[in-house]
Amino acid sequence: MRSSSTSSRLLAATALVAALGLTLAACGGGSDDDSSGSSGSGKTADPNSLKGQTITYWASNQGTSLDADKTTLTAELNKFTASTGIKVKLEVIGWADLLNRILAAATSGQGPDVLNIGNTWSASLQATGALMPWDSAAFSTIGGKDRFAPAAIASAGAPGQDPAAVPLYSMAYGLYYNKKQFADAGIANPPTTWAELVADGKKLTKDGHYGIAVEGANGAENIHHIFVLAKQRGASWFDDKGAPTFTGPQQVAAVKQYVDFIAGDKIAAKGNAEYVQNQTITDFATGKAAMMMWQSAAPAIASHGMKPDQYGVVPVPTQTAGATGDAGVTSMVAGINIAVFKDTKHKDAAEAFVKFMTSTDEQKALNGKYGSIPPVIEAQSDPAFQTPDLKVLAGVLQKSAAPLPQVANESQFENLVGPAVKSLFAEAAAGKPVTDASVKAALTKAQQQMPAS
Amino acid sequence: MTATAPPRRAPEAGPSSGKSAAGRRLRPRIVERLRQGGLPYLLLLPAVLAELLIHIVPMFFGILISFKNLTLFYIHHWNTAPWAGFDNYKAAVKIHQPIGQALLHSFWVTLSYTLLSVAFSWLLGVAAAILLQDKFRGRGLIRTIFLVPYALPAYAALITWTFMFQQDTGLVNHVLHDQLHVTSSKSFWLIGDNSFWAMVIVSVWKSWPFAFLALMAGLQNIPRELYEAAAMDGAGVWQQIRKITMPSLRPVNQVIVLVLFLWTFNDFNTPFVMFGQNPPHQADLISIHIYQSSFINWNFGSGSAMSVLLLLFLLVVTAVYLLVTSRGRSENDV
Repeated sequence: MRSSSTSSRLLAATALVAALGLTLAACGGGSDDDSSGSSGSGKTADPNSLKGQTITYWASNQGTSLDADKTTLTAELNKFTASTGIKVKLEVIGWADLLNRILAAATSGQGPDVLNIGNTWSASLQATGALMPWDSAAFSTIGGKDRFAPAAIASAGAPGQDPAAVPLYSMAYGLYYNKKQFADAGIANPPTTWAELVADGKKLTKDGHYGIAVEGANGAENIHHIFVLAKQRGASWFDDKGAPTFTGPQQVAAVKQYVDFIAGDKIAAKGNAEYVQNQTITDFATGKAAMMMWQSAAPAIASHGMKPDQYGVVPVPTQTAGATGDAGVTSMVAGINIAVFKDTKHKDAAEAFVKFMTSTDEQKALNGKYGSIPPVIEAQSDPAFQTPDLKVLAGVLQKSAAPLPQVANESQFENLVGPAVKSLFAEAAAGKPVTDASVKAALTKAQQQMPAS
Repeated sequence: MTATAPPRRAPEAGPSSGKSAAGRRLRPRIVERLRQGGLPYLLLLPAVLAELLIHIVPMFFGILISFKNLTLFYIHHWNTAPWAGFDNYKAAVKIHQPIGQALLHSFWVTLSYTLLSVAFSWLLGVAAAILLQDKFRGRGLIRTIFLVPYALPAYAALITWTFMFQQDTGLVNHVLHDQLHVTSSKSFWLIGDNSFWAMVIVSVWKSWPFAFLALMAGLQNIPRELYEAAAMDGAGVWQQIRKITMPSLRPVNQVIVLVLFLWTFNDFNTPFVMFGQNPPHQADLISIHIYQSSFINWNFGSGSAMSVLLLLFLLVVTAVYLLVTSRGRSENDV
């Protein structure tokens, strides 16, 4: 009996040790070994030494589907492989999963070599230390920082630090308006101030049609608009030290102005309060709403059958006509950046890939397919980007766009204030009053939950 | 074969056996012992390993992280995150501070959601199981239809509900407002106060077939003679249910209620698919709340502390429940 018991204990102990051993091995991780190692930044590696390497690229979803993106990108990546001998293992990842995948990669150190990030995440991801900093030496391997639009570079990392990524696709918000509906309502020109927009919106709101459509339950979308509305009042959502300043009077006024499209002005349908997935574009393209504020929407509008000559695009209004400086900001700098994972074993190949993706020719090709604006200045003059809408949006990007606060807590700002605005929209839709006090209470609550940075 | 083999041990194990003989017999002896005592453990080994890897080890790291100040600044080298001691726990339970207040709100929402969902799921399950107990034409078909929610892929079903709850174009408002004229205007179901009720409705729809299935199996074990005897004694249907059906189903009910409670309290799919990662305040379930803290706010220390508190709460609830129900059963048995 005794002997049997000892054996049992031995077996159990062996099982435990084996399990722990396996776990530790898993934690330690492994890596593929086709790497030739990295070299110092700033020197372009000998292309011949990179032949035969395979890098992994996580691309964000830019087109109509993951498969469509895969088709689009594979054609371009084949060109890269043909010219450098470097193979690219592509994975297109939906936006809902991308951040968590990046976080998991950052935690485990087992990530792709190159990846896309939303440019509003730049400072937050930079703070994790998982991305390779793009110092001047690294930039020199891809032709220098001056090739890129300054606004796009400003949205690639915290001020005073080397960018955490390189701009890949740029976008900016514009005001889209339905020409026929404006003409039918006797409105000669699209609005340039918010007062005009509300006045026009009231004329256009009738018979089940509304002046404007907003994406009320989309937290990120809410953030983009209240950022601009606060900026036009000279206010930011963080102070110089990165501390949140959500409850200032200008911030409250900005949120109230935006929520009032449903609550006070009633120029947007109550149902917009639960819009979260591009229903705004559908409403605009089908004539249910006469205006919308959107970024590079031409392909999506066309998919609903609306033709380019049926709508116009102008900069988003300002508080007063002809405003300049912060008061004249009409858009956040929207876009996608490309980053190199710090733990990559293929740094030179990854830099070569970024160089390819940000080359002028490739910028023309990729942005042309996705309907975005190239952040590489030289590529912007291509005829493909001279359509009326893209010319306006490129102008906005150059003259009146500002990056969202590049602070480490930016993602928390989106997560706390975006839903707060969503809740205010919900109250407005339910017929409850939205006042300065209720807006301030919602913003105060959001600020109190911000973690210390 | 192994289990039925006769024991073979005495001759080889005798003290008079020589050293060389013992050496020769070492291997057969180990095999023998494994057969007799070790085999069950050997067979359990894969399960033990899997349990360690899938539950115990991650749980250990989860508890470890709850004592660390693991934020986005340390994600890349998470083991270098500074110790926080009990700070994350203190922040979670300070109900007059924002983090604790939000967690407490989330807890009450989750508790209400769970109790309502379990109660309605159980009631529907009982009613359906009793009604479908007697044989009639089409009973099999109806039983199958009742099990459809249980069989459907969760995501597909939940996203369909989300479409149906759309304010403008959803089927729910079409029926309530356009067809039946029950509501004066088209209600919002995915935002505002109604979001909580929308979530409860979907949860009940999803959960009640489990209760139905388990109770239906339980009903099969009740002898028909009991009902016949009761009917002979003049007991009505209601009395038969109260005096025969429900007491007989007591063990099944105990399991159903406990399992549904644990499932619903931890439910993540329903709110996440219906509302995304930022549900309305009224539908802020604790599972999503912890997810937000960990994966959206990137405060993994705080999220882990909340998870541990949730685990402790559920362990206490389960222990008390099992204690109370087993005591009740013992008394009844006596």
